[in-house]
Amino acid sequence: MEMRDFVVRFAGEGGQGVVTSAEGLAQAATQVGYHAQTFATFPSQIMGGPTWTQARIAVDPVLSAGDDVDVLVAFNQDAYDEHNSDVRDEGVIIFNSNEFQLEGDSRGFGLPFDELARSTGNNRAANMVIIGALAHLVDMPQQYLEEFVTKRFTRGRSGDEEIIRSNIQAMTLGREHISESGLALGALAAPNPPDFAQLMLKGNEALALGALAGGLEFYVGYPISPATTILLYMERNLVGEGKFAHQVSSEIESITAILGAGFAGKKAMTATAGPGFSLMSEGLGLGWIAEIPLVVVDVQRGGPATGLPTKTEQSDLMACMFPAHGDVRMPIIAVGTVEECFYGAIKALTWSERYQGPVILMTEMALAERVQNIAKPDLSQVEDQRRQVYEGTNGYHRYAGFELSPMPLPGNPGAYVANGSEHDDMGDTTHLASRHIQMTERRFSKLKLLEEDEYETDNVDESIVMMPWGGSKGPALEAYNQMKASGVPVGWYYTMYLNPLPPKMLEELKKKDLVIVPELNYQGQFASILRSQGVKAEAITQYTGLPFKVRDLVKRITEVTEAVRKEAAGV
Amino acid sequence: MSKKNEEYDFKWCPGCGDFGVRRALEMAMIDRLEETGLPIENNVVVAGIGCSGNLVHLLEGRQPYGFHGIHGRSLPISLGVKMARPELNVVVVAGDGDFLSIGAEHIGPQAARNLNICAVIMDNGVYGLTKGQSSPTTKLGEITSSTPFGKIESQLNPLELYLTLGVSFIASGFSGQVRPLAKLITQGMEHKGFSIIHVQSPCTTYNDTFELLKGNVQKGIEPGLWEIPEDHDTSDKAAAQQLIQQGGVPVGVLYNDTFRPSMDHQVEQMWARANPKTVQELMDAFEF
Repeated sequence: MEMRDFVVRFAGEGGQGVVTSAEGLAQAATQVGYHAQTFATFPSQIMGGPTWTQARIAVDPVLSAGDDVDVLVAFNQDAYDEHNSDVRDEGVIIFNSNEFQLEGDSRGFGLPFDELARSTGNNRAANMVIIGALAHLVDMPQQYLEEFVTKRFTRGRSGDEEIIRSNIQAMTLGREHISESGLALGALAAPNPPDFAQLMLKGNEALALGALAGGLEFYVGYPISPATTILLYMERNLVGEGKFAHQVSSEIESITAILGAGFAGKKAMTATAGPGFSLMSEGLGLGWIAEIPLVVVDVQRGGPATGLPTKTEQSDLMACMFPAHGDVRMPIIAVGTVEECFYGAIKALTWSERYQGPVILMTEMALAERVQNIAKPDLSQVEDQRRQVYEGTNGYHRYAGFELSPMPLPGNPGAYVANGSEHDDMGDTTHLASRHIQMTERRFSKLKLLEEDEYETDNVDESIVMMPWGGSKGPALEAYNQMKASGVPVGWYYTMYLNPLPPKMLEELKKKDLVIVPELNYQGQFASILRSQGVKAEAITQYTGLPFKVRDLVKRITEVTEAVRKEAAGV
Repeated sequence: MSKKNEEYDFKWCPGCGDFGVRRALEMAMIDRLEETGLPIENNVVVAGIGCSGNLVHLLEGRQPYGFHGIHGRSLPISLGVKMARPELNVVVVAGDGDFLSIGAEHIGPQAARNLNICAVIMDNGVYGLTKGQSSPTTKLGEITSSTPFGKIESQLNPLELYLTLGVSFIASGFSGQVRPLAKLITQGMEHKGFSIIHVQSPCTTYNDTFELLKGNVQKGIEPGLWEIPEDHDTSDKAAAQQLIQQGGVPVGVLYNDTFRPSMDHQVEQMWARANPKTVQELMDAFEF
């Protein structure tokens, strides 16, 4: 049987190589021209604890982590007990026979990972033993694996040859062992390698890289899952003359320090997750009223307060759009793929400079930790857009008028007070009604500068459409493709610009009988925001801490479309 | 703000100590202009919230840049300004409520970093703008609008706190001695690292301590202020501690650590250890 994709789940204790095995498999596959995506979920503790990572390998671009597991690699008994029901009946369960024995499951195959790895003289090659066994199950040629290992470990070091030899031997041993069992899944179709350069990276890495490409100069942050990796990347790489990255002592310091940096003329950013974002509330209001460019990344996790630190959710949209007291409405870019993490970060910085205020860049745990292959961006196409800078003499009225005005930079003529109190056009505090009217209207008018005209559509003539946001884009698009193929009458809309929405898109959405919004929260937050703008929107929600399954979306969206049509027909 | 802005309707009460601090800061900035030739716009005054923070709007003459932010956060805002543009002279102006209560969590980290800014703290021992509540520097047992039966928290000694947290330049001054105060502020601005000029700046409406500070012979009140002796070794932390233990309000420089490198200096030194890559190189590392 020819397969176009397969899904492997690695499950065990933290520290057993669960994540590295999955990422290794994904890398091996992309190296030879397949597409891959991983999904990771960890316990919130330093060592141990049940952890699992899933890798989906496919001939075509991968949209979701995959509903059904073809192969489970169980590192211990608990992992088997927890996950074996997700493995399809014809699937295979490779278990670590150095760790436990399994009886009474015809899908099971014991592989002594550690022992086989040791026999090659390389104790660290256990994941290669597994990859070799997996390759056999999908009939992947040995040559592919050897190419991968050779490329990966040719690093110009003296021990490279020995490492390559032992890893190839480990894969061969894994392959030979499982071949004796007679277990097989089918033959994965030959890859269809893209003819362009690609990157293999995580969402947070793509986001950090995008921010640097977009001209980021100043970054501060405070450790918090799942945003910490961005801080670490910046501290290592945002270094040198005119640049600064630092760990500060709280998210309150993060937001206020980037306020200072944005005021001083730098492209400034911080990244956090829900609890830290809540602490930034007052600072975001200050950025709005004092008109200071800055970007805050919210890597969403689950629940309020400490909630679910290592699970995924899309439940911060209301908090991100309306984070502060007083009349405030933040521009929002919500990214939905690893590729969008890169381009969204550039756009967020551009927006903040263009309208001179804070921009919220929303992402989420499942996206942050996912490894995926993407087309390599062309840096020569990336523009480092800067704010309008005041270049006149002293005596400038920085906040005059009802629209954006050039911003003076400290050190140069045009001194003013960036003021968090309501102010007059010089930046001095005032309580006059006419001033509060002017400044409020001025601040809201600037949002118009962020109206974009790009968005994705398909089957726009349908009266019922689906419109996911953020990381639900992948599973929703896969569900959409399936529904389209099976003739379910539904259209498709998508944008990463949630506020302001592309105006033309909003006009089209308003004409629809129903806009179905799949989103990972209880209240249907984006659907609610769409309704407030005159769109007949209903949410399809899930709040499990995990992403949507494609199958569930197909079922629930199909049901909704049928119900609406029945109602319309008066049945 | 120049005097011309009629729209700005905030006023300090007659006799407020903050008038003197404002004048001293203006003098220090002009001295800096004359000393270095750098324009006044090279100064950024980051203000806290309260009567004292309004100083940024009340400065007369040629204007520095100002940032009047949110309550308690003047220090981390100044961190952002200074580390973004180390060539700027960054001055924080805040009161005891802003700096020592809601904003106290930021003093330790800036001291540890030796952030190269100068904080001028106007201590009046009370929340003035919100009409007379107790602050960290209000005396134990004092009756205020928020302590109707007497304050039960002990009075904070800010100088001792700064010394303990490792602030590298600590001076204590009085708003009624403008020229000497200006000199202390100048020294603080010239110091390479975190300097705090802690100023007794009495509130004539809610906590008028002028008499206690200056003394009154007729009433038999000994002055609370006393000059730090010229032979005090400002590099000696233990000696500074002893001065603080003597009570009252010492005037002058208590402590000055000239050896610790400032944060901006340390960051510059770090570049040599970092070997930074271009964005293209960083991206290429993910290519396969």
